[in-house]
Amino acid sequence: MSTGWLIAIVIGIGAVAYLMAAQKARGLAAAADRSKGEVPHSLPAYHGWFAFILATLPAIALFLVWSFATGFIVEGKITAEVSSRIADPAQASLAVGIVHDAVRALEALGLTGDKVPPTFLALREAASAAQFSISEAGADYMVTLAAEVSNDHAMYRIIGQILVVLASAGGAYFAYRQVRLRLRARNKVERVVLSTLVVASTVAVLTTIGIVLSMLGETIRFFSEVNPLGFFFGTVWDPRFAAAGSGGSEGQFGLIPLLAGTLYIAAVSMLFAVPIGLMSAIYMGEYASPKVRSIVKPLLELLAGIPTIVYGIFALITMGPFLRDLSAALAGGTPFIQAQSVLTAGLVMGVMLIPLVSSLSDDVITAVPRAMRDGSLALGATRSETIRRVILPAALPGIVGALLLTGSRAIGETMIVVLAAGVAAKLTINPLEAMTTITVKIVSQLTGDLEFNSPQTLVAFALGLTLFVVTLGMNIYALYIVRKYREQYE
Amino acid sequence: MSLDIASSQASAPRNAPPKMTGDKVCVFYGAKQALFDVDLKVEQYSVTSLIGPSGCGKSTFLRSLNRMNDTIDGCRVTGKISLDTDDIYDPSIDVVELRARVGMVFQKPNPFPKSIYENVAYGPRIHGLARTKSDTDEIVHSSLRRAGLWNEVKDRLNEPGTGLSGGQQQRLCIARAIATRPEVLLMDEPCSALDPIATAVIEELIDELRENFTIVIVTHSMQQAARVSQKTAFFHLGKLIEEGKTEDIFTNPKNKQTQDYITGRIG
Amino acid sequence: MTDSALAPSAMAAPAAQRRDFGLKRRHASEARFRFYGITAIVIGLAFLIILFVSIISKGYTAFVQTSITVPVEFSEQIIDKNNERATDPLKLRAANYPLVARNAVAAFLGIDPTDKAAMKAAGDLVSDSSRVQLREIVQADPSIVGQTRTVTLLASGDIDSANKGQIDLSVAEANRKVSDKQLELLNQLKEKGAVSMPFNWGLLTFGASSRPESAGLGVALIGSLFMMLVVLIVSLPIGVAASIYLEEFARKNRFTDLIEVNINNLAAVPSIVFGLLGLAVFINFFGMPRSAPIVGGLVLSLMTLPTIIIATRAALRSVPPSIRTAALGVGASKTQMVFDHVLPLAVPGILTGTIIGLARALGETAPLLLIGMVAFVADMPQNPLQPATALPVQIFMWTNEAERAFVERTSGAIIVLLVFLAIMNITAIVLRRRFERRW
Repeated sequence: MSTGWLIAIVIGIGAVAYLMAAQKARGLAAAADRSKGEVPHSLPAYHGWFAFILATLPAIALFLVWSFATGFIVEGKITAEVSSRIADPAQASLAVGIVHDAVRALEALGLTGDKVPPTFLALREAASAAQFSISEAGADYMVTLAAEVSNDHAMYRIIGQILVVLASAGGAYFAYRQVRLRLRARNKVERVVLSTLVVASTVAVLTTIGIVLSMLGETIRFFSEVNPLGFFFGTVWDPRFAAAGSGGSEGQFGLIPLLAGTLYIAAVSMLFAVPIGLMSAIYMGEYASPKVRSIVKPLLELLAGIPTIVYGIFALITMGPFLRDLSAALAGGTPFIQAQSVLTAGLVMGVMLIPLVSSLSDDVITAVPRAMRDGSLALGATRSETIRRVILPAALPGIVGALLLTGSRAIGETMIVVLAAGVAAKLTINPLEAMTTITVKIVSQLTGDLEFNSPQTLVAFALGLTLFVVTLGMNIYALYIVRKYREQYE
Repeated sequence: MSLDIASSQASAPRNAPPKMTGDKVCVFYGAKQALFDVDLKVEQYSVTSLIGPSGCGKSTFLRSLNRMNDTIDGCRVTGKISLDTDDIYDPSIDVVELRARVGMVFQKPNPFPKSIYENVAYGPRIHGLARTKSDTDEIVHSSLRRAGLWNEVKDRLNEPGTGLSGGQQQRLCIARAIATRPEVLLMDEPCSALDPIATAVIEELIDELRENFTIVIVTHSMQQAARVSQKTAFFHLGKLIEEGKTEDIFTNPKNKQTQDYITGRIG
Repeated sequence: MTDSALAPSAMAAPAAQRRDFGLKRRHASEARFRFYGITAIVIGLAFLIILFVSIISKGYTAFVQTSITVPVEFSEQIIDKNNERATDPLKLRAANYPLVARNAVAAFLGIDPTDKAAMKAAGDLVSDSSRVQLREIVQADPSIVGQTRTVTLLASGDIDSANKGQIDLSVAEANRKVSDKQLELLNQLKEKGAVSMPFNWGLLTFGASSRPESAGLGVALIGSLFMMLVVLIVSLPIGVAASIYLEEFARKNRFTDLIEVNINNLAAVPSIVFGLLGLAVFINFFGMPRSAPIVGGLVLSLMTLPTIIIATRAALRSVPPSIRTAALGVGASKTQMVFDHVLPLAVPGILTGTIIGLARALGETAPLLLIGMVAFVADMPQNPLQPATALPVQIFMWTNEAERAFVERTSGAIIVLLVFLAIMNITAIVLRRRFERRW
């Protein structure tokens, strides 16, 4: 019986429980003598839902707990067996992986008892015929182990399924017995609904915790192999030759060139996006006629809806070659702007950021009360004087907040820099050359077939955590400023 | 550069022609007409109060006197409004210059989020009325004095204007408005957001300012109109119902509606 | 100044002393300021236009594909020399179909079979994908062996580019991908009317391929579809439930403050961080399969959640309080009030926000790179657990290919992506207009 069927059965039991409980409640209500003050507390449907919840929720919870628990038991069995034979932890974890593959193949092919292939080689052949690939580094004992594990799986599964069905039926029976005239079924159902809502709203918190914990764990593993000082203050990024245990690897994972590239490109993009975004927001808000605004504003917002990969490719196949050819034409032959450069990436990222700057500053500027504007205009100030001398100074905190949010977006942007900034991690102040960023390196360290436990991949998590902390700090501070600013005018 | 210019204006003959004149003024917000054929004369160096129930168009009329209605989308003014001999809606009139000549104080105090000093210096600065720091200082100091705020703020000119009390803020706004030395000062219910004591201070101030400025004030308080103004105009449903000397309007209104209003039957 | 009839005594009025407000200078600066504003907008719009023009001009040709229609002789000599197909089905699988295709083109053009160079050039005209195409014809109907039938074959990628005029012919022959001989043969085919340019359905249906002419977005589209379904199933209920709690039930306290701060932050966390989360939690910790749309969908769900929550809360807030008091006034419980009255009125707003969130998720690339969706997947996935790619990831992968035809496909795929985004956003706008309610 598959998991899908099990869940279907549990829900079926719940549905029956619903109908029966609702029926019983309806009967009780009909028989109630209202003249004696016997009034049903809840509608029959709530009794039904009450029974449904009791029939399904505990059973599903039991199913989850059982699955995890037996999973751990089986996992422990494999690890114990393997590590009794292999001492080296790295080799052992590899072997555990092979056993898992073998178990999967056995279960997929339905091989149990006598049908289990006698040797590892035989299993491998049988598996590859069915398009299952298993590493060849296995041994025969693994087949025996895998067969045992798959037997355990089957056994645990059947026991679990029986338990779950029993729990479901038991819950349904209990709920049915509970149905009385004065049962506060509605309140109970509503409490479950409310709990569900609360649980749903904690998902955001859980996600943040998940991000921090997962990255922190991998980062600590990384720092157990690489000196944190070498990471944070190293000026050389060259992870290829820093294989684990080769010694002298410090400094090879230097963050500085990546951080410099990240900040440099972000700065160039802001330099481009902020004046344009701010001025267009001002023009839209203060000068443009409603008709112009209704056409131009959605057009500019289109820029915000374009996926970043599209910007990246625009940089790669249009902007980069254009700047290179332009510089070649200017210099008469040799281009002084590289196709992949800080300038290209910054410029294109700037285009992407224009609508963000524009809409954020529009929010901020319209939050300045009309009375300020009127006060200045009534003194005979021109519109631009009003904007420059009253509105912008008044909106300054909000604008700073908006710029911080924009900056954090620029720092965390990935696809544009992957395609347009280059991969060479070097320190330069020439914006016409290529630099690389934290996000580019996260991508390049984690794509491709890399050993997962090596510093080369783990460094991506250290980079990610750095990125997360930096942008988180900027975001929280920006949101704080913006909120404070709003309150000032409310 | 001192405020003596005001006294030079004060020497103008009392029987001068009206400072501002409205002739068949109609105001439309989009398709809705808010003001119907208003004819009103504003005498120089006197206080004219506009009264009437809310929504009667008195604020709309006031705002059309320095073209603040221009800032509202879809607002249209017909008829003619003159300042001295200039038609203020004539295309040749620069609204910047007009508003420098016709200042305005709003219902809710609206100091800029700048220091007290910068608030008052703002107008003279943008209009280039003060060339040097000492010119500016002098204008700021005399304006604050004239607005009756000097003694309260002289030690904290660099503190933000938003930190003052409501009444002080409103006097700061008056100081800000008179710092550009306007000829006419429009006041849109300047005391409605203030407590009675602050109101009394402002009313006293208005009476003093009358010497040097022509003042038009919108108020919903008939007592205030009676206390501060020489001339009163009563608006109802977008129409000017009656105008005349304040004591005449309050003691002997000619129009039935005016009488109903001042005796509290409408409004 | 107009002389006014209303001011007959104008002469007597002391003309107010004219003061110098520096109007000329100030109006010039005003005009300058306006000009900056217009310039900013023009620059923004110019980039928008350049972006679209560059993508469309490079990509529209991807929607047609050069094809060569020739009579193909399914020669028994080549396919199954010893007549073993009845006993050995592998025979038909492994036959030398490219040779069949080459001979077909050569025979059509009347090339001498001993002219090795010409024969090779003829073979290179046709895509390698003809191997699969001809094999499927034969496997579907083995009796065709020995007969001749007219078949439309895909031209190879370089020939396709040449036919679309995208290859610079002024370059020396040795340095370009298409030889003069091939061009000559292509022109002969054209004269004989064998070359056509039908709509390129393959762009939308094929899986991954190392040859541009047989590479398509099929797997990516299905992968993206699966992911969008996962996002919808996961983030819509959770997002709506969370919004209802925060907007209708929660009292303002530390806990709800924490949730609010978290939601706002998640909306601003770099997307690549979500990829790291997916890699560490879903793949490494829970052992989910790499490259699977279910993992991509879960990662994108977490990213979309803040968008949906923010939109849903705005929609709930726009339901006027009078509805709530009315419901409570007739004795409904708070839960009944929310689910019977407030939520139904907020549905259009929620849907609009959801569609916009989905559109953003559809274009997201970076996190998917980290969970292994950069895979070479040629077979259509049957369910969300099987390896697939996603539309934007496929675009990214094609940028790494060198052939000219892949540049064209990249831009073509972007057009496909943008069309999907446009459809989704227009749907959202129409929904909003249609159901917008003024209270």
